Amino acid sequence: MTTMPAVQAGGLVKRFGDVRAVDQIDLEVRHGEIFGVLGPNGAGKTTMLKMLATLLSIDGGRAEIFGVDVAAEPHRVRQLIGVTGQYASVDEDLTAAENLWLFGRLQGLRSADARATARRLLEQFGLGEAAERRISAFSGGMRRRLDLAASLITRPPLIFLDEPTTGLDPRTRGQMWDTIRELVDDGCTVLLTTQYLDEADQLADRVCVIDHGRKVAEGTPDELKTQVGDSTLQLQLAPGADQALARAVVRRVLGEEPVTTPESGRLNVPLDVADRAADVLIALREAAVAIASVSVAKPTLDEVFFALTGHGTAAGPDAGGPAGTVPGQDTPSLDDTTTERAR
Amino acid sequence: MNTVLAEPTAARRPRSAPATDPAAAVARTRARPGVGGTLTQTFAMAWRALKKMRRNPEQFFDVALQPLLFTAMFAYVFGGAISGDVHSYLPLLIPGIVAQTVLTTCMATGTQLREDMDKGVFDRFRSLPMSRIAPLAGPMIADLVRYLIGASLTYLMGLILGYRPGGGVLGVLGAILLAVLTGWAIAWAFTWIGTVARSARGVQGISMMILFPLTFLSNAFVPSRTMPGWLETFTKVNPVSHLVSASRDLANNGVLTGQVGWTLLTGLAVVVIFMPLSVASYKRHL
Repeated sequence: MTTMPAVQAGGLVKRFGDVRAVDQIDLEVRHGEIFGVLGPNGAGKTTMLKMLATLLSIDGGRAEIFGVDVAAEPHRVRQLIGVTGQYASVDEDLTAAENLWLFGRLQGLRSADARATARRLLEQFGLGEAAERRISAFSGGMRRRLDLAASLITRPPLIFLDEPTTGLDPRTRGQMWDTIRELVDDGCTVLLTTQYLDEADQLADRVCVIDHGRKVAEGTPDELKTQVGDSTLQLQLAPGADQALARAVVRRVLGEEPVTTPESGRLNVPLDVADRAADVLIALREAAVAIASVSVAKPTLDEVFFALTGHGTAAGPDAGGPAGTVPGQDTPSLDDTTTERAR
Repeated sequence: MNTVLAEPTAARRPRSAPATDPAAAVARTRARPGVGGTLTQTFAMAWRALKKMRRNPEQFFDVALQPLLFTAMFAYVFGGAISGDVHSYLPLLIPGIVAQTVLTTCMATGTQLREDMDKGVFDRFRSLPMSRIAPLAGPMIADLVRYLIGASLTYLMGLILGYRPGGGVLGVLGAILLAVLTGWAIAWAFTWIGTVARSARGVQGISMMILFPLTFLSNAFVPSRTMPGWLETFTKVNPVSHLVSASRDLANNGVLTGQVGWTLLTGLAVVVIFMPLSVASYKRHL
């Protein structure tokens, strides 16, 4: 069995004019894992992925896919990868079945085999009934699924997924996650980009965080999150409640200083273990501190970013950090999923 | 604010050893596309273009309307002035309109390629291990249908207006075949423009600037001997003039003249120059 990495890149650089969209990135993706590339819009995730997928030229450094040099032998590399883009890369004027048949033919399948593969994939991705419908009539989720199916026709060992769930509703998002997990169970390696820490957390074995074209961190999702605490307890005190007392109670129970917003009577408490939330609440009840509302939020990408780079995802050094923002409110996706779990 | 309790992080699922062996996949790869593969891919792309044509029939407006409109317009407006009457102008005019129609269709080839290349599906074509000429050559095969429709409709319109080609059925069919072949060859130049220009609008602008002088500074609509000497010289080397003269010889007199040879030779030159340029430019877009 091979130990060759699926992706091995060193010092990758991509310039657009004066801007270094990708700046000296090193990357190693092991065979059989899901590797997440996490970063805000414009961080260079897609650019990097396109370079690895032979869709953009490499301006500096080198990259290998299963040991095949991307710049020197792009045609070989294209036989080893499947690419699913951010925008559905299927033909609007063709039906789902026709799209898959075409992509099969283009990759050397016989006409009958291409038809059979198309039918099998459409069934597998729950698109059997929509097979003869034109893509222009498809919903966003169906398009993504078809797009992913199109990347799997020749069962390539490495799949690139560029923001596979951006713009999908929570239910469709969950289905997409399941599909991606199944891919890896079948022996694929997956490299995906995402804006959502949540998604990286759910799917990826390892994650690297990219900001302004540079890699700022790498590790397992858990390692990343411990840099900002696992979750945050948000307390909205009732009007007139004793804020100083509340802080003292939190400090006593958790040994940590809560982040407060005095004007609004809000306390944000980092939690290592979500269970400790109950301890804090009980202690507050005993101290007779009235609470208007309570929520527990997981760290947002914004917070991870702040911890790693010293600035928020909204580029620029003085963009709002976690202290000033309520976690979960400026990252709608995360809000969606927390709400979904609550149901 | 929702009152939600966070669940503990899902435990990492255990992974069985990967089932596919990438080393075997690497060993199966080929360094470049073969001739057979390139042909299959080209025809697959032609199939795609034909499907799209059938589903967007408005694409046929140019090839369908132009012959009808221009033939009638030019015949009635210029007929009397140039040839004395409409009827005697038709043998001169019809092959000219055919050449013009074919060239405009070539322009559509370039414009549509540019539009197509801006779509997401081209990202997939680029990421597939396919020959780089197939996405260009495929649609051009499909476009043969358009040249055929354009050329045939022009002759049909001529017949309706009273044109009686002396070359008979065979002569006209020969002229149509020549027009289709030449159209396909010249389209490579516009395909190249399609791969170079930034937008479909740009392709159209550049193509117009080439098309108008090429069609009007030829013998397509008027006998070139009425022009100043330098212009007459230009019309003689203009490839459009060759196509028009060759078509007139075929359709009106039923004879194969040296003009046919010149037309084919020019077409071949265009292909030899612009096919590699187009492929190179398409590759550079990566």
